[in-house]
Amino acid sequence: MTNGEHATPARAANGEHAAPRARGWQAMKSRWSEMPQGMRWAGTGALVVFLYLLPNRWFYEYLWYLPTQASDMATVLFETAFFVLLAVGLNVVVGFAGLLDLGYFGFFAVGAYVVALVTSPESKAIVEYNWLADPITWVAAVPIAVAIAMVSGVILGGPTLRLRGDYLAIVTLGFAEMIRLYASRTEGLLNGDRGIPDVPHPVPGVKDATGDSLFLFDAKPYYWVVLTIIIAVVVLVRNMERSRVGRAWVAIREDEDAAEIMGVNTFKYKLLAFAIGAAIGGLSGAVFAGKQGFINSASFQLESSILVLAAVILGGAGNIGGAIVGATITWYLPEWVRGMGKVFGLSFDPSEYRILAFGLVIIVMMIFRPQGIWPNKRRASEFADRRKEVAANA
Amino acid sequence: MREALLEVDNVTLRFGGVVALNQVDFTLYKGEILGLIGPNGAGKTTCFNAMTGVYRPTEGEIRFGGQRISGKRRYQITKMGIARTFQNIRLFPEMSALENVMVGADAHHRTGALSAMLRLPRHWKEERSGRDRAHDLLRFVGISRPGEQARNLSYGEQRRLEIARALATNPQLLCLDEPAAGFNPAEKDALNQLIRKVRDSGVTVLLIEHDMRLVMGVTDRIVVLEFGKKIAEGTPAEVRENPAVIAAYLGVPTDAS
Repeated sequence: MTNGEHATPARAANGEHAAPRARGWQAMKSRWSEMPQGMRWAGTGALVVFLYLLPNRWFYEYLWYLPTQASDMATVLFETAFFVLLAVGLNVVVGFAGLLDLGYFGFFAVGAYVVALVTSPESKAIVEYNWLADPITWVAAVPIAVAIAMVSGVILGGPTLRLRGDYLAIVTLGFAEMIRLYASRTEGLLNGDRGIPDVPHPVPGVKDATGDSLFLFDAKPYYWVVLTIIIAVVVLVRNMERSRVGRAWVAIREDEDAAEIMGVNTFKYKLLAFAIGAAIGGLSGAVFAGKQGFINSASFQLESSILVLAAVILGGAGNIGGAIVGATITWYLPEWVRGMGKVFGLSFDPSEYRILAFGLVIIVMMIFRPQGIWPNKRRASEFADRRKEVAANA
Repeated sequence: MREALLEVDNVTLRFGGVVALNQVDFTLYKGEILGLIGPNGAGKTTCFNAMTGVYRPTEGEIRFGGQRISGKRRYQITKMGIARTFQNIRLFPEMSALENVMVGADAHHRTGALSAMLRLPRHWKEERSGRDRAHDLLRFVGISRPGEQARNLSYGEQRRLEIARALATNPQLLCLDEPAAGFNPAEKDALNQLIRKVRDSGVTVLLIEHDMRLVMGVTDRIVVLEFGKKIAEGTPAEVRENPAVIAAYLGVPTDAS
């Protein structure tokens, strides 16, 4: 947080006991933090440029075995980026505020359906109920979707954030299922399983070199859109983490009662984390609807909620970088393995076993490294403290 | 006439059939150091918790600066100007000493989520003033390693860090719940000095403590509780001579009957 960043000696001391980490990684990290500000900006800039260039064939074909061999690189990158965005949002709720939210996909569904309802010419909100005279554009619909997702987060969080731990998980789980079942069982507004077709693509007017609409078949522009959103969201969320808001979240996580007695309005800050998570979930949903052009209830399965949560925990809850790494591995690796199987001439598709492998990885992680691949240092030692307490009480 | 800061007005607190506080009634005046003592289980901490909003009195009320406390949320009571420490240390263990104090200082900051997100000028201003204040307070209580994680501080430092964190909320009243528990005589003397320094900086102090030497040495007035009832009130000298207090602490000789 704000100050610890500058207190280098204390930091170095913390690092030693926080988590057992490979020597090389440790060295790389300290070398990075000792670099002058300008160098670090240049490094970050180079990484951003690299990420923007990545989906171009003329760029990635020089990256040896890094690109996926069996599936379209740009599409995989888009899906990965999309998954990363979801993980960054969930990390605010689970990692920063320490609230176990299993209903994250409910907000994703809210965002996606709101966009579909106000942009599709087939939408019942326009055709039957006449809430809107004409469908609006995707770009105009996104802020509405984010706002409504956020409001639904506040409405759900208001009564339920007074619950702690498992109870909250169950209530949020119920919420996500409620949205999905409502969407699938009622014809009313959302057309049941038939869904809402003809959701427009983000900017239909723009043409590429061959005269096709830019946002149609090619996944590249979508990847760029999502990448830009991720960068913006990461900057905003990081700013929050390093302010009084972030301090309040840590305080709540470590001792909720003491935090409240020190003047932290704990309910407000938990609700804030929940609402931010909901807004990012809604934003993801809006992008999803724009890319797919069609949504129905089948797009919002419970597994997706759990997969995002697993990615955050795998990467290291409480650390934005960890959430990004976790999500990238969870999505990109299976696609990459699919291609590798072909390269090595395997007769089966190894990515068929991805869920199985993923389950094993999670089990192994929980035994040997429960704090995740790249954890938030503070959260990792909170974890260790709790383990010690459990051991002492047993 | 001295100005009343906190009035405990005929407070009764029951947990089911147990009467933890029975019509307790006393006043805390601005600028004094008041000791709250009594044998184990006398209701000191319960009284303390009622004052800081953790419990709600069954009967009677507690007023702070003329305003009723009951029914207010705990963080609101802190913002009104009552700060406290805990009998068993409750710092934020993984935060640095400085950050712990900054959480306290945030109590009177007004930066919202949006200005934190966009790093608006108010964020920078309050962040800077909060940090300066936290550094000052750490010096004030004598902690020299602001970047150290709270869990790595020594026991005495942790106790003093709790005081610094509570002072950061800019209280008018500081409530200390057994701050000398586990201290050696030298540390107790230092604490005595610190409590006086706090009072001299304009903060009223309420002290719950078992150590009679410290209580007698530092307080201006003492309220004695036994079995949830106030049995005596007065200056240290008066309380020391009070037969009811002596009986409560030493017991009444049985051969008297």
